[in-house]
Amino acid sequence: MPADTEVQPLVEMRGITIRFPGVLALDGVDFTLRPGEVHSLMGENGAGKSTLIKALTGVYAIDAGEIVVAGERRTFSSAADAQAAGISTVYQEVNLCTNLSVGENVMLGHEVRRGAGIDWKATHAAAARHLDSLGLALDTRSMLASCSIAIQQLVAISRAMVLDAKVLILDEPTSSLDRGEVEQLFGVIRDLRDKGVAILFVSHFLEQVYEISDRITVLRNGTLVGEHPIAELPRDALVTKMIGRELEDLATIASSSHREIDRTGTPVVKATGLGRRGVLEPADLEVYEGEVVGLAGLLGSGRTELVRLLYGADRPDDGAVEVHGRPARLHQPRHAIEHRIALSSENRREEGVVADLTVAENIVLGMQARQGWLRKIPKKDQDAVVQEYIEALGVRPANPNALVGNLSGGNQQKVLLARWLATAPELLVLDEPTRGIDVGAKADIQKKVAELSAQGLAVIFISSELEEVLRLAQRVVVLRDRRKIGELDSAETDLDGLIAYIANEGEGSAA
Amino acid sequence: MTAIYKHRLFWPLVSLLTLIVINFIARPQFLKITVRDGELYGPLISILRESAPLMLVALGMTIVIATRGIDLSVGAIMAVSGAVALTIIDGASDPSNMGTVTIAIVVAILVSLVLGVWNGFLVSVVGIQPIIATLVLMLAGRGVALLITGGFITTVNSDPFSFIASGYVIGLPFAFLIGVVAIVVLSIVERRTALGVLTEAVGINPEASRLAGVRSRGIIWGAYIMSGTLAGVAGLIYASNIKAADANAAGVFIELYAILAVVLGGTSLNGGKFSIAGTVIGVLIIQTLDSTILFLGVKSAQSPVFFAVVVVVVVIVQSARLRDGLAAMSGRLRARRESAQDRDKVEVA
Repeated sequence: MPADTEVQPLVEMRGITIRFPGVLALDGVDFTLRPGEVHSLMGENGAGKSTLIKALTGVYAIDAGEIVVAGERRTFSSAADAQAAGISTVYQEVNLCTNLSVGENVMLGHEVRRGAGIDWKATHAAAARHLDSLGLALDTRSMLASCSIAIQQLVAISRAMVLDAKVLILDEPTSSLDRGEVEQLFGVIRDLRDKGVAILFVSHFLEQVYEISDRITVLRNGTLVGEHPIAELPRDALVTKMIGRELEDLATIASSSHREIDRTGTPVVKATGLGRRGVLEPADLEVYEGEVVGLAGLLGSGRTELVRLLYGADRPDDGAVEVHGRPARLHQPRHAIEHRIALSSENRREEGVVADLTVAENIVLGMQARQGWLRKIPKKDQDAVVQEYIEALGVRPANPNALVGNLSGGNQQKVLLARWLATAPELLVLDEPTRGIDVGAKADIQKKVAELSAQGLAVIFISSELEEVLRLAQRVVVLRDRRKIGELDSAETDLDGLIAYIANEGEGSAA
Repeated sequence: MTAIYKHRLFWPLVSLLTLIVINFIARPQFLKITVRDGELYGPLISILRESAPLMLVALGMTIVIATRGIDLSVGAIMAVSGAVALTIIDGASDPSNMGTVTIAIVVAILVSLVLGVWNGFLVSVVGIQPIIATLVLMLAGRGVALLITGGFITTVNSDPFSFIASGYVIGLPFAFLIGVVAIVVLSIVERRTALGVLTEAVGINPEASRLAGVRSRGIIWGAYIMSGTLAGVAGLIYASNIKAADANAAGVFIELYAILAVVLGGTSLNGGKFSIAGTVIGVLIIQTLDSTILFLGVKSAQSPVFFAVVVVVVVIVQSARLRDGLAAMSGRLRARRESAQDRDKVEVA
C-alpha cells in the first residue's frame, strides 16, 4: 500500500475559491496530493473537478486560498508555467500534434540539437528510450494520427515524463478506450506511481476508480465533501456523497406516477441489441404507451449514448428498432421525428436551442423541419401553437419575439419542450431536462411530464438526480460503464436501493 | 426615435446616404436624371445599371454566408458563364439570331448551376471546409473558361446579347431590372417559404438543427447552387457589357466585393441571421463609392487606397460590436483594476 499520510505532500491546495460571474465555482476547497499515490477526484458534472484542476495548472486565477507545490507557495499564471514546475496534464482529447510522428511529439521542444539543426536520429533514439521506460515498444517514426487513441494517450504521458513531471493529471483519460487499452494505461500509471510520481486521476467510471486509486476526494457543487482512503469508502457511500440528497415536496407527482402500466400490448418503441462499438454495449429497451422509463446511472454510464443511438443522432452499428411493432430504420434524427419520436438533448446550448432565433422560431423549428421548407406553416397557425405552449409551460418572458439566447436555462428548456411537444410525439426522450435550472422550473417540467404520460405519452426520462427519476418513472433502467446492468420497478425500490444498485449490481471481475 | 436608430439597416443606410450627399456637394449634377426617348439617364442610373453583376453575386453570397459558408468561386463562374455563352454565339452562323442567343444564355446558366452543384457537393456531402472547397473552382474555373474560348478573348457583335447589359425596358436599364427580379424572387423564396428561417437555424447551430430534424445538407447544398447560378447570370451581364468573354478579367475580385457587400449589409460572417435588404444597400454603397472615385477624379493609382480608407471608416461606423467592445473594454479594465486591488488585500491578509 503506497502513499501513507506521513509522506510530505507534493501539492497542497488550501481554501481554494473561484468565482465566475454569478457562480461560486469553488468554495474553500482543500486538496492534497502526495508523491507515489493515485488520487481520484470525484463529483458529478458541475461539482468543480475541472475548475480545481484548472486552478492547479494555472488556467484559472484563484480568488482566495493558496497553492503549495513541493513546500513552496506558488501562483501559476499559465499552463506552461505549471508545466515548468513539473505539473503536467493529459486531457481526454489528446492535445498533441497528430500530423507529426510519435517521436516528434514525445520530444517536441526538447529535440536533440546539433549545431543549428536537429539531430533527428538522436532525437528518435531518445524518444524510444522514454517510451521504453514506460514499457511501450512503438515505432517513433510512425505518424501519431495512425495510432489508436489509447496509444496517443500513452504518448502524451511519455511526453509529460520528458518534461520531468512530478505531478501527472489525467483528466478522463479512459473515456475513449476499451478494456484492454485501459489495462495498458493502468500498467503505465502504476509504474509511474511506484517511481514516486503523484497522479491525479479523474474518471466517471467507478470500477476504474476503485481499481487504480489509493485515495479519493469528493466534490459537490463546488465544495469539498471529503477525502478518503479507498478502502474506507464503499461504492454506495461514494455515490451518495457525489449525488447528495435533496428532498423536495413533489409528492403529488410521485403519487400520480405510481400507477400500473399495461405492458401486454405492443410497445410504442422497442429497441433490441442497440449498440455501437466503444460507445455502448448492445442493450434492449422498450417503452409502452403512458409509461415513463427512467434511465439511471452516473455520467458516462451510457444513458445519453443509448437514447442518441435510438434517435439516430449517432448511428448504431448493431441492433434493431421497432416502432409500434413495425421495424424502423432510424439513421437520422429526422427519420426518428417522422416516426414521432422526439429527443431533447442534455446539451441545451450546443444541441438544443438556436440562440439567435426567437422563442417562436425555436418552438416552430421542429414542426417546420418535418413539413419541409416549401410548406411554411402559416403565421396564424404558428402564433397559435407558440401562444399555446408559452402559456401551458409558463415560458418567461412570455414574449414570442424574445431571442432564446437571452432566456434563463429553465426557460430555454421549456422552449425545447415546447418545440418537441408541438411535433405531437408518441415517444418523448428527455435527457437531463432539469440540469442547471432553478427549482421552480424543475418542478414545472416534472409536472408536465407526469401530466403528459398520464394522457398516454411514452417518455424516456434521464436525470442525474435520482429522486426525479424515481418520482416520475414506473420503471428504471440502470446503466453502468456503458452497459445496461438491469431494470428496476420504481414502486419496489427507494433511493438507497437504486444507489446501491448503481454502485454494486451486475459487476464483473472487478470488485 | 431610438427604434429607428437601433434598426439593423440604420447604419448601412446612413453610410449610403452620406456617400450620395458627398457626391452631390462635390458635383451637384450627380443627382440629375434626364429622360431621353423615354429612357432614364444620369449618374444614379449608371450606378444602378453597373451594380447588377455585383448585386447578383452578393445575393447568392448572402445565402451561402448565412449557412456559415463562403463561396470564393463566383468570379471564376462568371468567367466560365461568359465563355460558354460567347463561344456558342460566336460559333453560330448568325450571332444576332434570337434563338441562338437564348440557347447560349440557357446553356451558360445551366453550366453555372452545375458548378454550384459541384461546390455544394464538396461542402455538404464531402464535408470540405467551404473556403477550401470553393477555392478549387476559384483557381480552376478561369482555366476552364480559357479552355472553352481556346485561350482567346472571344468577341461578338450580337444585338440581342448586348441588350442584356445596355438595353432598356420600361425606361430602366435591363441589367438593373434583372437585379430587381433577383432580389424579389430571392426574397419570396427565402421569406415566403420556411427556407430563410431554416437556413438561419442551420447557420446558427448546425447540430441543434440536425437534431431538430432539419435537412441541413439539402439547405447548404441549395445555397451553393443558388450562388453559382446567380454568378452565371452576373457573368452574362459582364460579357454583354464588354461584348466579349475575357476569362482573365471577368469577375476578378468580385467574390471579395460581394463578401464586403454582405458584411456592410449587416450579415455576420459567422452565419445565421441574414438580410437581403442589407446586402442590396451594401452593394449600392460599394458601387456608389466606385463612382465617387471616378467622379471626384481620384487618380487611378490612388483609388484602391481611397476605396480602402472609406471602407474602413464605413465598417467602423457600422460596427455595433466595436462600439460595444470599446464600452466593454473600459469596463473590463476597471474590473481588473478593482480585482487586483482585492487580491492585494488578500495578500496582505
